[in-house]
Parts: sequence; structure tokens; C-alpha cells
Amino acid sequence: MPKLGSNIIGIESDRVTNTHSNDFPAYSKDIGEAWDLEAFKKKFQLNISYITERTANFDLIGLDTSIANAFRRIMISEVPSVAIEFVYMFNNTSVIQDEVLAHRLGLVPLKVDPDLLSWVDPNAEEKEKFTDENTIVLSLNVSCTRNPNAVKGDNRPENLYKNSNVYAKDLKFEPQGRQVETFKDHPVVPCDPNILLAKLRPGQEISLRAHCVLGIGADHAKFSPVATASYRLLPLIDIKEPITGKDALEFQDCFPSGVIGINDKGEAYVKDARKDTVSREVLRHEKFNGKVKLGRIRDHFIFNVESTGAMLPEEIFFKSVRVLKNKADYLRNCPIGNVE
Amino acid sequence: MTSKNEAMDELLKPMYKGKALTDPINTAKDKWNLVPAFLKVKGLVKQHLDSYNYFVDVDLKKIVKANEMVVSDVDPSFYLKYLDIRVGYKSNGDREKPEVVLPPHECRLRDLTYSAPIYVDVEYTRGRKIIIHRDLEIGRMPIMLRSNKCILHGRSEAEMAYLNECPLDPGGYFVVNGTEKVILVQEQLSKNRIIVETDRKKGIVQASVTSSTHERKSKTYVVAKKGRIYLKHNSISEEVPIVVVLKAAGVVSDMEIMQLVCGDDSAYQDLFAENFEAASRLGVFTQRQALEFIGRRVKTVRRMNAPRLSVLQEGLEAVATTICAHLTVARRDFRQKAVYIATMTRRVVMAMQNPKLVDDRDYAGNKRLELAGQLLSLLFEDLFKKFNNDFKANLDKILRRPSRASEFDALLHINIHSNNVTMGLNRAISTGNWSLKRFKMERAGVTHVLSRLSYIAALGMMTRISSQFEKSRKVSGPRSLQPSQFGMLCPADTPEGASCGLVKNLALMTHITTDSEEEPIRRACFMLGAQDIGQADSRVLHARGSFGIYLNGTMIAVTRYPGAFVRRFRLLRRSGRLDAFVSIHTDLQQAAVHLASDGGRICRPLIIVDRGVSRVTARHLALLRDGRWGFDDFLRRGLVEYLDVNEENDALIALYERDIGQLTTHLEIEPFTVLGAVAGLIPYPHHNQSPRNTYQCAMGKQAIGAIAYNQFRRIDTLLYLLCYPEQPLVRTRTIELVKYNRLPAGHNATVAVMSYSGYDIEDALLLNRASIDRGFGRCQTLRKNTALLKRYPNHTKDIVGGMRLDGSGRPIYQHSALGGDGLAEVGSMVQSGQVIVNKCVPTGPTGPGGPSGGGNSTNPSGRGPGGQSRERESATSSFQESPLVYRGPVPSYVDQVMLTVGDNDQALIKVLLRQTRRPELGDKFSSRHGQKGVCGMIIKQEDMPFSDQGICPDMIMNPHGFPSRMTVGKMMELVSGKAGVLRGTFEYGTCFGGSDLSEMSKILVSKGFNYGGKDMLYSGTTGEALQAYIFFGPIYYQKLKHMVLDKMHARARGPRAVLTRQPTEGRARDGGLRLGEMERDCLIAYGASQLLLERLMLSSDAFDVDICQGCGLMGYNGWCPMCKSSQNVVKMTIPYAAKLLFQELISMNIAPRLQLGDVF
Repeated sequence: MPKLGSNIIGIESDRVTNTHSNDFPAYSKDIGEAWDLEAFKKKFQLNISYITERTANFDLIGLDTSIANAFRRIMISEVPSVAIEFVYMFNNTSVIQDEVLAHRLGLVPLKVDPDLLSWVDPNAEEKEKFTDENTIVLSLNVSCTRNPNAVKGDNRPENLYKNSNVYAKDLKFEPQGRQVETFKDHPVVPCDPNILLAKLRPGQEISLRAHCVLGIGADHAKFSPVATASYRLLPLIDIKEPITGKDALEFQDCFPSGVIGINDKGEAYVKDARKDTVSREVLRHEKFNGKVKLGRIRDHFIFNVESTGAMLPEEIFFKSVRVLKNKADYLRNCPIGNVE
Repeated sequence: MTSKNEAMDELLKPMYKGKALTDPINTAKDKWNLVPAFLKVKGLVKQHLDSYNYFVDVDLKKIVKANEMVVSDVDPSFYLKYLDIRVGYKSNGDREKPEVVLPPHECRLRDLTYSAPIYVDVEYTRGRKIIIHRDLEIGRMPIMLRSNKCILHGRSEAEMAYLNECPLDPGGYFVVNGTEKVILVQEQLSKNRIIVETDRKKGIVQASVTSSTHERKSKTYVVAKKGRIYLKHNSISEEVPIVVVLKAAGVVSDMEIMQLVCGDDSAYQDLFAENFEAASRLGVFTQRQALEFIGRRVKTVRRMNAPRLSVLQEGLEAVATTICAHLTVARRDFRQKAVYIATMTRRVVMAMQNPKLVDDRDYAGNKRLELAGQLLSLLFEDLFKKFNNDFKANLDKILRRPSRASEFDALLHINIHSNNVTMGLNRAISTGNWSLKRFKMERAGVTHVLSRLSYIAALGMMTRISSQFEKSRKVSGPRSLQPSQFGMLCPADTPEGASCGLVKNLALMTHITTDSEEEPIRRACFMLGAQDIGQADSRVLHARGSFGIYLNGTMIAVTRYPGAFVRRFRLLRRSGRLDAFVSIHTDLQQAAVHLASDGGRICRPLIIVDRGVSRVTARHLALLRDGRWGFDDFLRRGLVEYLDVNEENDALIALYERDIGQLTTHLEIEPFTVLGAVAGLIPYPHHNQSPRNTYQCAMGKQAIGAIAYNQFRRIDTLLYLLCYPEQPLVRTRTIELVKYNRLPAGHNATVAVMSYSGYDIEDALLLNRASIDRGFGRCQTLRKNTALLKRYPNHTKDIVGGMRLDGSGRPIYQHSALGGDGLAEVGSMVQSGQVIVNKCVPTGPTGPGGPSGGGNSTNPSGRGPGGQSRERESATSSFQESPLVYRGPVPSYVDQVMLTVGDNDQALIKVLLRQTRRPELGDKFSSRHGQKGVCGMIIKQEDMPFSDQGICPDMIMNPHGFPSRMTVGKMMELVSGKAGVLRGTFEYGTCFGGSDLSEMSKILVSKGFNYGGKDMLYSGTTGEALQAYIFFGPIYYQKLKHMVLDKMHARARGPRAVLTRQPTEGRARDGGLRLGEMERDCLIAYGASQLLLERLMLSSDAFDVDICQGCGLMGYNGWCPMCKSSQNVVKMTIPYAAKLLFQELISMNIAPRLQLGDVF
């Protein structure tokens, strides 16, 4: 059992120990009565592993679980993004039903900066609800025809017919009012152009207009700007007794490659615990009983944010910080919170 | 034939675990490829198709042959003779291209019957001339889909698509009046076989035989009562001593009787000797005396004008035709019949001596399965006889007329009755009532509507067997699983409750035989050196060491070398000289060799083993793989043969190649074929507790998924479809064989086995809201609404009215879904109370007789000018709206509107309404292991636990579901599925095989996951790691058809029953929720009298009555008609039901008088 206040989570073969977070005021005498900003500033680190267009991987070290989890939760459900919400069908003679097509359209991630739009007032009159400030209009007009130049003998539908597959890229942006100006440089397009929406055959057509509005993941998963946003804790491998020779190789095999290295003496050492997936395979082997201790560091969060493409992943994280800050501000300004 | 099974070819290509054509072949592992080869030849519902084909091609001709002559009682020179009968093609037509007027799907849509004409060729006399007329249509025969008379027979997938048919649909059913009807397989005790039974209580040993011929059905018993043996028959008024019967059958010598019954066994002789005394005491010594003895006791049912027979003739007739009617007596040669009755007697004597020698009624070898073909053949013969009788009656009536204007032509009169045949067949199939005049048989519930809830439900229905036993009897025998059913009937697939064990399902490789000719078999027997009993001395029949040879239960020969005989006979069969489905087995106890060629026996193919070596070798399997050999080649070359249940008893069958010993005769093709098509969906079923597999068999049929490739073209009464069906990650061989992976019903849900929130107790499931948002469990319900525009005798007809407009020129609320033509527009939303089809019925003097229906009919004059009114104004009669109104808690969308003409030229309108539903609280889900649960809570994604990879579960299942259910297969499915996902393969959970669990675990470890499938998760709400490791991975989950939206119901006030004025019952009638007697008891015990009064009377059927305190009876308006006074009349409130009771009692001359007293 790690001692009180230890920030190492124990990974046993059948359970996880010491899981509770403790980085908050009055948790124990050792830590002190009040939360100290200066101490936090000293302790806190942000290390970025890599950031690409769609993914960001970074470490937050030295903050309480509740805060890290709040970021995760906010990224999933409260950072606003734009998605198709209203679909007006003019004609749909395809096999896919109106509702299903609309549902599929809604899930298509759109490349729109959510800051360029304002919120739709749900209580407004139907006619005044949608303006050029809060709504983006997309349209989809596809009809399938036979391909007159089809190669004989090739029976693939893509060859025989034109527009046999309807893709997300077929959605056309129709700028309204001032949007001609504001969206001049970066017109609204789906993040992934090749999402299959429907399949058509000659004589069938789809004609519709879609209104895209601002929303949050709590309303519907389609408004969530992340494919996933989560964290894991940094693994810790503690070799208590030296493991050498054949056992070392076996020990190495219990972990993903690159986690355990073997030095010149043939002794296993921890090369890169971060690469470990904590499969606990080593705990199944009796011969390593007592020789190794697994754990995870409770205040070292390895965040992984995968964007759907609408926003950059780091931007999503910053927005989550902003949302959390706003919430805190709101609470601070609440009458109840101000009671001395 | 080659192109039709593209899918099957594709299946044959990848061998076990993706072996390519060049890979080495391992017989032990690859012999399962015989299963798809078998199914390619046989198909999943081949039993039905074979049976129907046999009926149409062979049996029909036999029936006509047996009833070929129609002669007149009046004119002896007239005759009509049927020469031939054909279904679906003319005499000069192509039998491969059947004449079917409409394709099956059009029949489904237009409520028609999918049928083909029945043609006969007749020869008859007209005056002096004999005329042959060909291709006379005598009716229409419903066609079984995919049979050889169906236009779908042998079509390729593209052709099937052109005909709007699903290539995966198994066929084997009929389309009658637009509904798909299946004739279920009926299980019966075998006909024409001796069954010996004992009744311990009454001390009776009896042998019975149910004789069934085309003409009649009767049952003959040989009963031993108090040591004496009698013959019992329904048409003989009392039991006849057996010696008398045998004497009547021509065995006059007591010595010979003794030889025929007892052989030389002294124990049997002692038991039987008593019977001779009985005969001599009756004074019956000669055949004539015996016949007269029987003749006096025959119950005669003679037709009116048949001549009276003498007692002797009656006796002769009885012995020749009534007793054991299935044996025909030619030229008064009773020898065969005498031997038969003697054999029955011998079996009784044997059972008397050794009570163990009785037959088991539940033994699968004593069962015969009656299929669509046999049932139709019974029905058709009945109808054909009726047809001929009607024709004859009609004929006689005309011929009896003294002077006829023109020469009589029978053809002009034959067609009048052709409707009887058509209607008779249609009615029987559509109602399921099989009533046969000649057998006095009435059987209800023979046909069922094909369940199209899911693909597997339809498939399961085609393999179903229903038993003839009554459900009420409390015998467990017929319900329990018989060891002899192994490999023939599915051990898991049976319903629970009332019909448990009585309704069964066929296993995957089962074949049901059709009748085959007896004559070649008989000849083969004699050729193999058996001695004909016609020539044999009675002494040798039951001599020690001599074996009787019985063909379909009748002794035809004897042999002294049964071993050699059986061996040679099998050689003949394996070499293809005899029908492959003839079975032969030796019964040492009876000293008999039984041959069977009758239809309805259950059998299955097995690999033949020779001297410890399987005949199927790697070389043969290579030929199979290359597509050069089919299953029939294996059969023809004697590598594989069919064994029926009886012959299985003669075989020693090895389960695996390694088990083959010196005495082994056969080898199983593949052990997983013991299960049927429905139980085959379960992964790792051999690790589950057996009832769980049974539960899944019931639930698999309720799963929503894809139904058929033509599902969007169908207009069914109720159709459930899944928006995004997924094929299971853990498959089985059966899934591939039945092509469930192409029409799946379920989702691969990522499941976390943990407790969370407390809303998951009692098997409830927690769903992830984001998963639902993304399409998990999203389904559609499609409901049909039909309107028929009738024509009336007075030349008026129903019409479709236009829409009515309100003042501002817009359609009124009720009509907002309608188009200008009065039909709902496709794609529009319909809300409760809105009209789908604005049907109008003619009224007034010319109308169909008063207003009919039309609940919310309004004055037609109120309709707006925009409505389509031209037709209505031009019509002389006025119309009243009788619209089709949509009712439902949530709006629907119009999916399709079909306008067509039905059977009798009446316009038929079908509107298909669609609802798209996402899973909600209370919807039912189930895994493939009999673990059902309802959705207990829908949880936000961010509240869900997540793993290191950021994976959130789609579903959380409570771990308490495991210990008591013991569904280890489900856990194995999770581990295999998880490994498969990580590796990018489908894993197999085939019964008695499948992917090896330790191998799966190794994959998990190599991909960085825990060996046991348990992951470390973080709580979604606190973000902290969970203290327990969570079993986490994909499990295939089915959404079941039970959804809250279809069940929710509440009522405050509402309709009441007319008679009792109490609230109606049931959701469909918007009924109340009953406060039942047990609830009432609680209230009484608690003493809540005012609540009782309120619940039971005031909220139900309170009624104010006037009661006369003088006479105690009820009056009205403060007046008592009995006392003629209003003096003592008081008012009080009683339940209307009580008032009704009083009045009913009064009507029975009982006067209930009420004496009232003050309570307070």
C-alpha cells in the first residue's frame, strides 16, 4: 500500500489501488490547508508530444484529476461546433429514406469556424429563426444517369452510371447575405470529402437543402468537435530485483516493444514506460512475482485529442479551457457564491 | 443450375481459415466443406421443395391414374378417361418454363394467389366418336416458391433481382391471397407399421397398425387381454379371437397357425395355446365358419343403391379390404395378409413373454414427417374426387333428359366445376383447415403465415416441425429430447411453455425422404437370394436362425443369411442400383431385416468408413474444392450415404477421424450440423448452459434486422428494419451457410461488464447516448394500411375523394397529408387523426344500404372548391366520406402508396407508413446467448467510463447476469471478438470448434491488451481510475421487436363496454388498468373502504337506480311498477354490473329483492 498522499496508482493483478485524487485543499495535513497557486505554477507542466492537423498528444502534469477530467468532458460535449441540423427534402427517390439520409448528413463533420456563427434562438419565429449570422446553407442536388461512355464488360456501377455514389463532397455551399464576404476565403466544405452518403441508380435523384447551425455535443453527438478526447495516466514500471538472462527476454516480451531494454549485462531495465499499454501480462508470470511493481502516476495525464476536422485539436483544447473558465466566472458571479 | 448459386460458389472458395487453392488439404479439418456442398445441392428448405416437386410430378399423376374413369349411370356408352395431368405447362409446352401468369412478388403486392393452371388430357365419347382433348384446365394449383414449377427455379441473382425477389429467400412457401403461407412439417407415428405397446394398468399388450391407403385410413389392433388374443377393428363390432381371424384368412390348420405365430419356441407356444381353445369353443373350425363369424360382426355402411351382401361376402370383404387395409388382396390370395396378422400376433406374444419387447412411440425411427407435398396430395385427391362426382352428377342429370337438342359434349360441362379445385386448394392453404371427406379428417392449423420479422425467423419457420400430440396431455415422453433425434432434429431450437418439445426444428443436414417404388427393392431382395414367403413353407418363417425380410413393415421374404444379405444390399445401394434413400437394418430381437422406402423418414448423410479408413480422402476434397465434384458425386461414388434413424442403429459412427476403430462404419461429416439453422447463430454454444441456447433460438426470431434484399419493395402488414445492421464479428460456419452475414440483425456493441448507476439491475442495460446519436439500434417500422374500393350491385362504387380546404385555401388539418388525388403524398408526415386515403362510400337510395362506417365523416358539401370534385358531382348518387385515418402516439411518414387492382377487379390501395425510431428507455435488447435486457438508462458519452485508448462502451451490462446464467460462450465471444477487431479478422465461434480461446488471448496480449480481456477503465464522472478491471469488448447485440412505443398506454377516461358499462380492456381499445382481485384483497385487508368504493364503482360503472323498499325491486323515475306507487322508492348508486345481474336473474324467474338499511 503506498503511503497516504502518494500520487502513484497501484496496478495489481486483480485490482487498482490508491485511485482517489488528492490534489485539493484539506485532503491531508501534509499537503496543507489551502490550495496554493504558486505551488501549482511550479508543479504544473504541459509537454507536447506531437500535434497534427487532426490529432494532438500532450501531457498535463501536476494537476488534479477533476480538472483534467473537466477538460475531457468539455471537449466531448460542450465545445460548440457546426453541423447540419435541418434538412429540407425536395426530392428523394433513392432507396435511402429521408430520415436516414438526414441522419447521415447530420453526422458529416463540416469545416466551419464555429466563431463565425452565432447561436440560433430556438424561441424565435420560424421565419426569423435563420439568418446569415447563424445558419449556413448547403444543398445537395444529384441525379444518377447512365454513362454513355461506359466501357463494355466492366459491370461496376461506377463505370455504368454517373453519380452512382453520392459523397459528402457533393454538398454545395450556398453563401447567404454577408456570408459571401465572410466565407470568401474558406468556403464551407465537409472535412472528409469522401464520406458516402447514398447510392443511386439511373432515374433516382436527391435534391435537398440543409441548414447548418451551431450546437454542442450534449445536444447531439454530431456537434461534438472531437472523434475522441481522452487521457491516460503515465505508466510506471518499477523493477525491484534485477532480472537477467533468459528471464530478461521473457520479461521484455511481457511489454510492448520499446518499453523494456536489456543492457550489456543482460539485465532488463525500463527504457520507456510511456510506451507501455499496461496489459499486466507480466503479473501473470509467477517467476516475476515480487520482482516488479506496476503503477501509474496519478497527476500525469497523457491527453489524446482527435478532432473531427472542423477545428484544430489544440484549438479544441483551448476552447475547453475557456469554457471551464467561463463556468468558473459564472459561479464566482453567482449570488450564492458571493455570500461571505 | 451453374449460375444460380453464385453465393455458394463464393463460399466454397475460401477453405478453412482462408486456405487458398494451393494450400494442402487436411481431411480432418476440411471435410466440413461437404456441408456447403450438401446445402448447395439440397438448399435449406429442400425437404419442402422435394416434397412439392414429387407431388406435382409423380403423385398427381398417380392420383389421376387411380381415379381416371368417369362413367355415367345413365348412359353406359359414355365414358371420360383422364390420360395425363400436368401443372404449369401444356402438352406441347416446355416443362422447364412453367406457365405462371404473374410473378410471385406481384401476387404478394396485389393480394393474389401465386398459381399455375392444372392441365389434363381427356379421352371421352361424343355420340359414337371417341375424342381426345388435350390441355383442359381443371383448376389452378398454388405454386410453392422455388419449386420446379416456380418461375424462380434456377434463376441467377440478377434475374431474381429483376423479378423483385431476394436471392437469399429460401422459398418453400406459397403466396395465397397475397399472404405468404407455410405448410409446416407434421410429425406423425409411422403408417403401415406394427407398433407394440403395453398398458400396465389394464394388463393389455397390443400391437396396432394404422393402415393408410389412398382410399381409406383405418387402424387394426391385435390385443392380448387376460392371456387371450383378439383382433380389434373399428368396423368390426366386437373383438374377434385371433385364431378365428387367421382361419378366416385361410390358415385353417392349427399347426400352421402355431408355426406362423410362435415358430418353434416352446415358451411362445405355451402362451399362445389357450387361443385355440377359444376358437374351438366358438365352434369355428373352417375358413367358411370363420368368415361368417366375422361377417356377422361387421358394421356395414353401405351406399343406398349398393346391393346387399351375404354374411359370407361381408366376412370376405372385411378380411380382404378392411383389416390391415394397406395390404391388397389379389385373387383371394390371403397368404400375405395371414402372415401379416400372424406377425402382429407374434409381436404381441413376444411382448407378453418379455415386456421389454415393446416399441417406443417417441423413437424418431417410428416417426414420419408429413410435408407440404403429401398434405396437398391428400387434399387434391379429395377435391379431384369431388370434382369428378360433381361432373358425373351433372352428366347424369343431362343424360337423363329424354330429348336433347344437340349432341352431348362432356367438355362443355366439365369446366363448370374447375373453380372448386382452385378454391378448395386456396381455402385450405389460406385458412389452414385440412378437411378430407374420405378420411373424415379435420385438421386445423396446418398452415401458418410466414413470419417475416427477420430473415432468421422466416428460415426458422421453414424448418419447423409440429407434432400431432395434444398440448394439454401431461406426458413428458413426446416432449423430451430423444437420443435418436441426434443429428436429425436440433436439440436447442424448441419453444418454451405449452408447446415445448412438441414443436421441433430440423438440424442443418437433415433430409426427409419421399416415397420411392417398392418393386425394384422387392426384386433386388429375391435377386440376393431371399426366399419369397409366397413359396416358403410356414415352418421356416419363424424357424431359429431364419430372418424375415420386411419391406415397409410387410414380410416379403426370409433368409438364413441376414448378415450377407444386408451387406450385399448396401453394396447395391451404394453403387447406385437402388434409390439412395432406401434404408435397411437388422433387428436381432425380432429376427428381422427391415427395408424401408416410404416417404417422410428423417435421414442424414454420413461418410462411409471401410476397414478403419474413411472413404473420403484429401484427393476427393481437392476435387470438391476445385469445383469438379459436387455432393452428388460423393453420393454416387459411394463415399457418402444417407442413413435414416433405424439404419443408424446398425452403424458405428465416429465423431472425428481420430476416433475411427476397426468396427467403425461411418464418420460424421461435421459435428456442428447437429444444430439447426437458428441455433447455429450462437457463438460457442457448447460452452453455454443448454436452456440459454434454447432462449436464444426463440429470441433470434424476434431480432430486428435486414429481412431480404427486396425488403424496401415489400408491403407487409408490419415490418421492422434496422437502419445499420452489422454482421457479427464472431461468426459461425452456420452463419455463413445460411448467409446470415448478408442479412444480419444486430450490432457489434462494445460492452463493458460492470455495474454503474444502479439502473442496470435485473438485467437492464445502459446505453451510450452518443452511440444512439450515431445510429446504434436505430430501426424503422413499416406498417401497411389498406383501402379497398368496393363495387356494389347497383353499379355504384367507392371513390377516393379529394382534400377539403379551409377558408384560407389551405387543406384542413385532417387532410394536410393528402395530395390532390385524395391519397397521402409520399414523404409527407401523417399525424394522429389525419387521413391517409380519403375514401368515399356512396349513400342515399342508390347507395350500398345506409351509411357504413365513417367515424368522423363530415358533411361532404363542406369541401372546398380545390378538391377533386368533378367525379363526385357527375355521379348521380351522393357520397359519404369513410376515410382511412392514421392513429398513433407519434407521427409517421408515408413510405409508399400503391394503387392496383385486386382479385375481383376492385381497386386496391395500399399505403405504407414508416416510423424511424431510436432506442429509448425500455426497449429490449439481447445478446446471442439468451441474455435479454431492457434499456434502463441512456448515459451521456462523457459520463461513460473510458479506456486508455479513449474508447467508451456502447453499452454497460451488469456482471450479475453471468453467475446464474452460466453463459460462458458470451464471455468467449467477447474475447474472440476483441481479438478479431484488433487483428482485423472475423473470428469463429462454431459449435464444437471455433477460434481457440488461448490463441485469442495471445492476440490480445500481443496487441497490448490484457490476457483475460479485462481493461483498466477511468470513471467518466470523476476521471479517476476504476478500482476493478473491467471485462470490455465487442458482443453482438440484437434489438428485439418489443419496443416501448408499441406498448405504452395510459388512460384517464375513455371508452366503455356496451353491456356492462365498465371500462374496456386492453391497449388496443384504449382500456383501463384493472384493479384485480389480489389488489382488491390488499385494500380490503388494509381497510381502505372509500378507496375500494371509488376504484370499484365510482371510477368504473356507477349507476343510479331507483329501488322500491316495498318490494325490493328496481323501478324507474321514482316509480315502482310492481307496487304501482312511488311511496317507498329511494335512489341509490350501485355498479351497473350489479343492476345487470339483477335484471338477468329476474329474466330467469329469480327475484333478487334488495333490503336497504342505513349505514350511519
